[in-house]
Amino acid sequence: MRNRTAIWPALALTAPLVLFLACTYALPFLGVALWSVTLPELGTGQYQRLVGDPLVASVFVRTFRICLIVTVVAVAAAYAITYVWVRGSRLQRRVIEICIFVPFWISLLTRAFGWLALLSNRGLFNSWMQALGLIDGPLALVRNEPSVIAGMVHVLIPFAVLPLASAMRAVDERVLLAARGMGASRLRIFWSVFLPLTLPGVIGATLIVFVFSLGFFVTPAILGGGRSIMVAELVYLRMFQSPDWGLGAAISVALVIIVAALMALLSRFARLALTGGGK
Amino acid sequence: MKIQRPGPLAVALALAVGAFLLLPLLAVVPISFTPSRMLSMPQGSLSLTHYRQLIDNPDWLSAILLSTKVGLLTSAISTALATSFALGIWMLQPRFSSLLVGFVLLPMIVPPVVSAMTLYFLLTGLSRFSQAVGFDSVIGVTMAHIVMTVPFAVVMVLVALAQVDRRIDLAARGLGATVAQRIFHVILPNIGFGVATAALLVFVLSWEEIGVTLFITSVDAITLPRLMWMGLRDNVDPAIAAISVVLIVMTTLVLLIRMAFQRRPEFEEE
Repeated sequence: MRNRTAIWPALALTAPLVLFLACTYALPFLGVALWSVTLPELGTGQYQRLVGDPLVASVFVRTFRICLIVTVVAVAAAYAITYVWVRGSRLQRRVIEICIFVPFWISLLTRAFGWLALLSNRGLFNSWMQALGLIDGPLALVRNEPSVIAGMVHVLIPFAVLPLASAMRAVDERVLLAARGMGASRLRIFWSVFLPLTLPGVIGATLIVFVFSLGFFVTPAILGGGRSIMVAELVYLRMFQSPDWGLGAAISVALVIIVAALMALLSRFARLALTGGGK
Repeated sequence: MKIQRPGPLAVALALAVGAFLLLPLLAVVPISFTPSRMLSMPQGSLSLTHYRQLIDNPDWLSAILLSTKVGLLTSAISTALATSFALGIWMLQPRFSSLLVGFVLLPMIVPPVVSAMTLYFLLTGLSRFSQAVGFDSVIGVTMAHIVMTVPFAVVMVLVALAQVDRRIDLAARGLGATVAQRIFHVILPNIGFGVATAALLVFVLSWEEIGVTLFITSVDAITLPRLMWMGLRDNVDPAIAAISVVLIVMTTLVLLIRMAFQRRPEFEEE
């Protein structure tokens, strides 16, 4: 039912945004790619440093390690909370909804600050523990890797909730009923029926969370205290503190390639989930 | 068919995760009333010093004003561009639709630090022609915020359009309505709520944008998050606790209002 004469209105409506982004995003990105092979001199030297330079390589390794831990924890936590959000009573759903969506809309900075307020030397946790006499001096709970992980998990849980929720909503209730009718326990139904049925959602959520976690900057920079630097912070440092624009550009290009590969994987899984499971 | 509700173990786990999500936000509240000039729990007496600072200190005030200005501009332009684009895709289904949508969603998918580099490249380039549009300028920040928020607006408007009954548009077309008439008299009135939500979302996103803003500002265009960032890295200023409480309360109110309005079409999703 496509109207061939409608090409001009379609162009007029879509062109402003496409042209705007072509000029402000696509072209400048090519510029960044150009920096990566021309600064400080022409060649692929910067890319060799990504694997060859021990500092850069160690930052990449640390980033992958932290992101893997964060992804596993965030998806597991999101699974627990989504399960009750989708299947709970009306009151449970309402409470969980607030827990998920209020933090989601609050800025990264405020949330990172919240972790400082909770865990720093004179913050809530240490003050109360000392007042109760459970500890003698403050425990060093922030400006380290575990606090970075906690902060990142906090940010990423809501992103895992949405794919998980749509997978859980698609589960056919009759299958669960059949399992119950045949005498399966609650745990058995969950483990042998519900979880396998929602596996496509888990895989989708895992990939989304991992992709998002790779580029994290604000949370690790504040909660890591400059010690456990991740890739994005390295880019910032190479741009503004010890300028090495070529390296910053090369890392950016590498990140885009990694993310593109993961997204390609994700879209394949999405297609599998669509053709394979349910509806 | 009655569904089996989650058992006590599942509920306990979910509540633990919920507490984990809310705890850092709640911890900010007592800290904001400390009389001390360092980040600490108030011991004995409470004080509003840090709230006063937000009004008395011109830095905070000008940052709030700048963020509001940038947020409003970004919201208007971003939503307009996104709505026009989404209408073009929905009404006319041009060839390569999915490719076009994929392209405009890029800033949402690409890691923010890469977008920050890209916009840094753009704005330092523009600075060579004019300081007013380049690095560390209000227009530069607005332009960057439009790039970063427009994908979210596109998604929201496309979602709103997906719920419009195509037959009403076909009927209008059959009756000889022009493209402009179909847009303004038929489609836009049907997606008003979606467009308004998109505008609100864009404002909030711009108001709290830091990842990119950090790369493209230095001393002049100091938005609120940029100012917060400066007070967060090393010696934490408790005024940040006060502004955080204000932001948390505002966000929660907006969300509650939105929830109240959204309750009506609930029967559709359940």
